[in-house]
Amino acid sequence: MEISNKLINDLAPTKFGKRGVIWTISLIIISIAGIIAYIDQVVKGQVVTNMNDYALWGIYISNFVFFVATSFVGAVTVAVLRLTNNAWRTPIVRIAEIISVASIIMAGLTIMIDMGRPDRLLYLFIHGRMQSPIIWDVIIIPTYIVICLLLLYFPLLPDLAILKNHFSKTNPKLSKWYGILSLNWSGSEKQKSIQLKSIQIIAILIIPAGFVLQTVDAWLFSTLFRVGWDSTNMGAYFISGASVAGVGALVTVMYVIRRANKLEAYITDYHFDKLGKFLVLTCLIYLYFNINEYVIPEFTSKKEEITHLNHLYSGQYAPLFWFVIIGGLIIPIIVLLFKKGRKPLPMFYVGMLVVIGSWWKRFLIVTPTLLQPFLPIQGVPESWHHYFPSFHEWIITFATLAMALLIITFLVRYLPIVPIQRTADEQEETEINKSVISKTVTP
Amino acid sequence: MENNSKNNRRYFLDNGLKLGLAAIIGGIGFSKIASKLYGKQDNNSNNKIELMTTDGTIVEVDASEVVEVTHSQDHETKYNLREGMPNRKFVMVIDLAKCKNALKCQSACNKHHYITGEHAWLKVYKMQEEEDTAPYWMPTTCMHCDHPACVTVCPVDATFKRRDGLVLIDNERCIGCRFCMAACPYSTRVFNWSEPDYGESSEIVMHMNMAHEPKNSIEFAGMPSKVGTVDKCDFCPHAIKENELPHCVTACPNGVFYFGDKYEDTVTNGDETLQLSKLLKDKSGYRLMEGLGTKPSVYYLPPVNRLVDFKDGLDDFRNFNSVEKIN
Repeated sequence: MEISNKLINDLAPTKFGKRGVIWTISLIIISIAGIIAYIDQVVKGQVVTNMNDYALWGIYISNFVFFVATSFVGAVTVAVLRLTNNAWRTPIVRIAEIISVASIIMAGLTIMIDMGRPDRLLYLFIHGRMQSPIIWDVIIIPTYIVICLLLLYFPLLPDLAILKNHFSKTNPKLSKWYGILSLNWSGSEKQKSIQLKSIQIIAILIIPAGFVLQTVDAWLFSTLFRVGWDSTNMGAYFISGASVAGVGALVTVMYVIRRANKLEAYITDYHFDKLGKFLVLTCLIYLYFNINEYVIPEFTSKKEEITHLNHLYSGQYAPLFWFVIIGGLIIPIIVLLFKKGRKPLPMFYVGMLVVIGSWWKRFLIVTPTLLQPFLPIQGVPESWHHYFPSFHEWIITFATLAMALLIITFLVRYLPIVPIQRTADEQEETEINKSVISKTVTP
Repeated sequence: MENNSKNNRRYFLDNGLKLGLAAIIGGIGFSKIASKLYGKQDNNSNNKIELMTTDGTIVEVDASEVVEVTHSQDHETKYNLREGMPNRKFVMVIDLAKCKNALKCQSACNKHHYITGEHAWLKVYKMQEEEDTAPYWMPTTCMHCDHPACVTVCPVDATFKRRDGLVLIDNERCIGCRFCMAACPYSTRVFNWSEPDYGESSEIVMHMNMAHEPKNSIEFAGMPSKVGTVDKCDFCPHAIKENELPHCVTACPNGVFYFGDKYEDTVTNGDETLQLSKLLKDKSGYRLMEGLGTKPSVYYLPPVNRLVDFKDGLDDFRNFNSVEKIN
């Protein structure tokens, strides 16, 4: 069946309006500011940060963990929903794939910002030792980047061919690019079967890869002695936390794109409702692991453990801790349990809350633990008893977030956000079903 | 015609030469094989030598069988920076009963390692386990663990464990990820957050120019400090190599630090030399956080029967400072 012009016109990427341009330019400005700050950091050394020998990792690391967590959305929605045959995923999978690609690329970049000697980056490959969890990260992150890119690319092929034709007159240059990227897609049965097989393989592959990625990230902490990290809970805790962060980000981005690209007819309340249920499920699982992590140690009340927990419950990080637990987890759960809470707008706010909560959650995993060493903090400046990021750290961190959004924005500008071919196929299918039903019912 | 005959001749000469060569090579080979086959009988001279085997029996062998073996002395004597000093195992004993926070160890360490940051490698902690137990002073160095958590997690083999027990850092290799610092339960590692500021014509710079080659960074961990890399107490291999004691040991006026070799079972603080095993047994020596399984090389003697009052050290106690700034 010929794909209707209306469908293509609706879903083909369009030029940004005024708002889109302002948005993009602001992101570019923030990114450039961050690059300048980073160059300054390379020149002067990490003395420009507020990190110290006790708080030896700061928001660079927690931001990295956040990016890694968010990139899990590709595995958790695309692959899991695909393998479980949840048909409602069609209009949202590409957004999830784009978020995954953007955040895993930024994760790879942010971890380098934390390096004291970025000039020795190649040593990781020359002198790398398999026993170090950092090398596990060095292996899994590029692997995951490749898998995410392929998961985005393979399903795009038919759409790229459609766009090539669509833009052939209005924008021949762009059309040419789509033509190159579509790899001569003609829609033949053979091509379709190869494509389907490839997608199937990648969709299965991304699940273990995603699990490994999140677990390695957790092991960066749980392979160390520190109280609050030295826990067998960490792997599963990180995987479930990543699902929360990822789906939260998906909801937020989805809402914005839906409004900006006027996709209300394709991404409907029904999709938000479904995704809301999915988000609340991930939040409940995460809550379970949080109870394991923060409540159960109270029972044995080991001295170091209790000091650490009290530090969170009522110490200097208490306001943040309760914001993350209540704002980032409990309120979303309550809101999302109601049908009204799963409407697009409340979902957007909940998504924002979840994402912000997830970001600060990583901060709380990294910093308070470091400020609770086994031996007391003595003989160092008073300021080393606390940690709050410096101006440089904030600018650089905001720049990495801006760059991630920039990648998303760029992909949204040039790719059809809702898969055109699949939507057409599904519409056709429903119409056939309708006619079949009407035929069987009438006689 | 002429050409043709010339060519023929050349052809003949060529082939003749090749054949000749082949015959010579073949002949040599054949004679070699033959001599191998009959060699034993050939060399059976009457020169016999009596030798003693390792289990003590005397055997008689032919003189031609005796070949001089070159002893490989390399692994015995050659000092490899990453391997360490052969047949040594350095340990330290810190007697908490004697420490009164004089901090001479710390200032000596800072001076000799050119420490200009905020965090001394050697610290003297004011310790008190519980409210109703006595307070005491506890100096800490790097524990030079036998199961070093820092070495396990280092991604590039920049920090390493030597056979003589030392855990050192290659500041030319370190990528500054600080994973080792997070791994160390003793908070012993420090990071060079900025380019070290020695001051233009300070004593340190002069001393450094005169004393050591700055490139030798493994032995002189952190000397000069390299921005973006990790440093820590190195047990002063530069002093040990010269048969001297680490700087903290010699600087301590109270004889708190004992340094020695576990294989020799002796430790000394400069004034007295003691038997390590006996000392640890008699005075109930222990190691910090034994439960973590890190197996430190630093032993502590409990703060019992102290000769000095804990309060005497309070005057010198500096909570927010461990490195004095040079101006």
